[in-house]
Amino acid sequence: MNTTLRSLLLALALGASVSALAAGGGVKLDTAPVNLQDQASLQRGARNFVNYCLNCHSAQFMRYGALTQIGLTEKQIADNLILTGAKVTDAMVTNLDANDAKEWLKSVPPDLTLVARSRGSDWLYTFLRGFYRDDKAPSGWNNTVFKATSMPHVLHDLQGTQAWVKAGERPGPDGKPEAVMKLGIERAGTMTAAEYDRFAADLVNFLTFMAEPARTQRTQLGLWVLSLLTLGFFISLWLKHEYWKDVK
Amino acid sequence: MTAIVQDDVDPKKRRFLILSTAAVGGVTGAAAAVPFVASMFPSVRALAAGAPVEFDLSKVEPGQLVTVEYRGAPHWIIRRTPEMVAQLAKNEALLADPDSKESAQPEFAKGPNRSSDKSGEWFVVKGVCTHLGCSPTFRKEIGPEDLGKDWPGGFFCPCHQSKFDMSGRVWKGMPAPKNLEITAYKIEGTKLTIDADLKGA
Amino acid sequence: MGHSPKPAIAPPIPGLAGQAIVWLDKRFPLVRLWQEQLTGYYAPKNFNFWYYFGSLAMLVLVMQIVTGIFLTMNYKPDAKLAFASVEYIMRDVPGGWFIRYLHSTGASMFFIVVYLHMFRGLIYGSYRKPRELLWVFGCMIYLCLMAEAFFGYLLPWGQMSYWGAQVIINLFAAIPFIGPDLAIWIRGDYNVGDATLNRFFAFHVIAIPLVLLGLVAAHLMALREVGSNNPDGVEIKENLDPKTGTPKDGIPFHPYYTIKDIVGVFVFLGVFTVIVFFMPEMGGYFLEYANFVQADPLKTPEHIAPVWYFTPFYAMLRAVPSYFGTQFWGVAVMGLATLILFALPWLDKGKAKSIRYRGPRFRNFLIAFVVSFLILGYLGVVPTTVWGQLPKGLPLVGGMDTATLVARILTAVYFAFFILMPWYTKKDIPQELPEPERVTY
Repeated sequence: MNTTLRSLLLALALGASVSALAAGGGVKLDTAPVNLQDQASLQRGARNFVNYCLNCHSAQFMRYGALTQIGLTEKQIADNLILTGAKVTDAMVTNLDANDAKEWLKSVPPDLTLVARSRGSDWLYTFLRGFYRDDKAPSGWNNTVFKATSMPHVLHDLQGTQAWVKAGERPGPDGKPEAVMKLGIERAGTMTAAEYDRFAADLVNFLTFMAEPARTQRTQLGLWVLSLLTLGFFISLWLKHEYWKDVK
Repeated sequence: MTAIVQDDVDPKKRRFLILSTAAVGGVTGAAAAVPFVASMFPSVRALAAGAPVEFDLSKVEPGQLVTVEYRGAPHWIIRRTPEMVAQLAKNEALLADPDSKESAQPEFAKGPNRSSDKSGEWFVVKGVCTHLGCSPTFRKEIGPEDLGKDWPGGFFCPCHQSKFDMSGRVWKGMPAPKNLEITAYKIEGTKLTIDADLKGA
Repeated sequence: MGHSPKPAIAPPIPGLAGQAIVWLDKRFPLVRLWQEQLTGYYAPKNFNFWYYFGSLAMLVLVMQIVTGIFLTMNYKPDAKLAFASVEYIMRDVPGGWFIRYLHSTGASMFFIVVYLHMFRGLIYGSYRKPRELLWVFGCMIYLCLMAEAFFGYLLPWGQMSYWGAQVIINLFAAIPFIGPDLAIWIRGDYNVGDATLNRFFAFHVIAIPLVLLGLVAAHLMALREVGSNNPDGVEIKENLDPKTGTPKDGIPFHPYYTIKDIVGVFVFLGVFTVIVFFMPEMGGYFLEYANFVQADPLKTPEHIAPVWYFTPFYAMLRAVPSYFGTQFWGVAVMGLATLILFALPWLDKGKAKSIRYRGPRFRNFLIAFVVSFLILGYLGVVPTTVWGQLPKGLPLVGGMDTATLVARILTAVYFAFFILMPWYTKKDIPQELPEPERVTY
């Protein structure tokens, strides 16, 4: 009993320190530092998106023009963010042909407009930082949260190459010591770990914005509506008490 | 004895509370109605589709009419020959509003040429009859059989037989009340931009 | 109308407005309607918290109809365009996201309100004589609502829309003999496709709403005829004031309950607002995450669960094993679980209506019923493997999924509440308390 408890606590402690811990099929997701008020981060995220993602993935429901909501002017969008020859009013669609994609990558890269709503920001943040080298995978890459993903690690120049390395030992279920594995950088990239985390965070922040551009407006409006309804509640409650004096 | 005993009624207070509740309820209802009303205005897609239209004039032959679509309506680009332009000044007696005082057009298009260039070569106009919205046909020949000997060339509406001259000015006594409308545009070299929101038009 | 036998008299309003009302009243029963439905309708004075949900259900119905009308202005019922048109509403249509969230939140809130409204009926015996038809109309509304929700859920054409419809339609395929052809007939295709979407749209926006409105009108007419029940289960019409001829324990619906309901409306809209503006997905329960992926007939999502309001019945469906090579039994149990509600007025043999005066047996059965409904609801959203498996050595159930066994037991409890009702209500132990003559207030 005592050993089980201790190993459980140890596992929990390790789980917190190791970024991605495979536990019973589920993987602990890292919390994405999403902040939709941080326009600088959103703008960096938009730049990261058009530079790296848009080569293969589309955001077919998102218009370039909607980027004005993160503090950019139409001219800035046209000059800096449109790399495909599209107009500002056009949707963010990749130039990659779907048939070519099928031939080269075995599957058509999914549309990313809503990926932050279907997968969740935390999943994306963990995914972007969870690629590791795997010789058995067809692309040479595998991912902690998306096993056997057909997407290669297009950002490995930045992050460097990750691989599983032994980080220590812990007692296994049968009492024998068991290796604790951890993702480590095998070959460095152009960014430090902190810089790459920032890069991924900005990108996830942008993807979260893109999945629902109305979100910021929604929460702001909500407070106004709530105050109005609160006022209505108190006045109508007063009115009710006034009338219900009659009921004996 | 019934359950209602009105022995402590302050009518003024009740009136005040009813009006206050109604006011807050009314404001809430009106606020809630705003997005519903707004949703019926053009969407971002419709606005994008209504963006300015650009056209390269270099391919238009003299005497030719080219139709482009702008905000769902036909817009004509006509490269008038010097003869066509010369004819315009002679039409005045036929016309209801030769100086285009009643019709809608940018400031620059008020003269007989109704054109942005001095020579009057380029005529850009919304090809929609001011009567009931049909699109007139382009009849550049002079004195054809069906339109009569004094037809100076212009536009003829098939719906209710309104006649317009080569500057889109309506004849006297026609069903159409006004000259054809001209949407704001600008010409830079051979590039034409039709844009209703153009400033200084 | 029972207790307002006096003919309608136009209120003495001076001036032109008064004359207009007199003119109108001679031609159209406006004042009479007003009096019969509101000022002349006497409701028991002791309504409590549970009595807000009827008017709130009306409010949500109106909201769903209005938001629905505005959504149809931009929605495209076409398998190629449907998903994109929803995103078009969310992004390009001014105010579109607000209208859409109102509608998607309203769907779930409708069920919350209706479940609470039905629970009120259960605890205070509002289905008992003379309100049997009122209850039956209510059950029909509930069935309609489920159909409406099911048809509507396909329209966004996301993965959950698609696979949810796929699974539910295949339930019909389980019906012996005609099943497979019936499923094809419902879909209009070999698989859920454009034809299915188009007809579901027609059912969702016009056919079912028409039936729903008719049933709501019948529900309200029946209510006005028999009068509202109350937490004491006392018939207020049996105790009239000899002078006025109105119930001693009744108060005019207007202004007293209209004003009280307004307070309820503000609170309800507050809850609604919190969801619409701050958590429209409600943690994946009101808008499921997988539904943000366009329908793909070639790829089932990893975990599919119906929307929360169907999950108790879905859990029952999964709990019933197939016998004799057909899964029809599960479908039959699920269908019976909803239809058995109709029989309630005739199953209850108790003397007292309200739980306040009923014995412990009814109370315990009711608690067991509600708890099993809630746990079944939970089990319906999670995989059956959620609680692991029972030890291999156990007789009969060894190695079975724990959750499946629990769901089976709870399904039995659900039905026991109804089937055993004539027995446990006839003679509750200890005796039921005597019902009071007058309401407690």
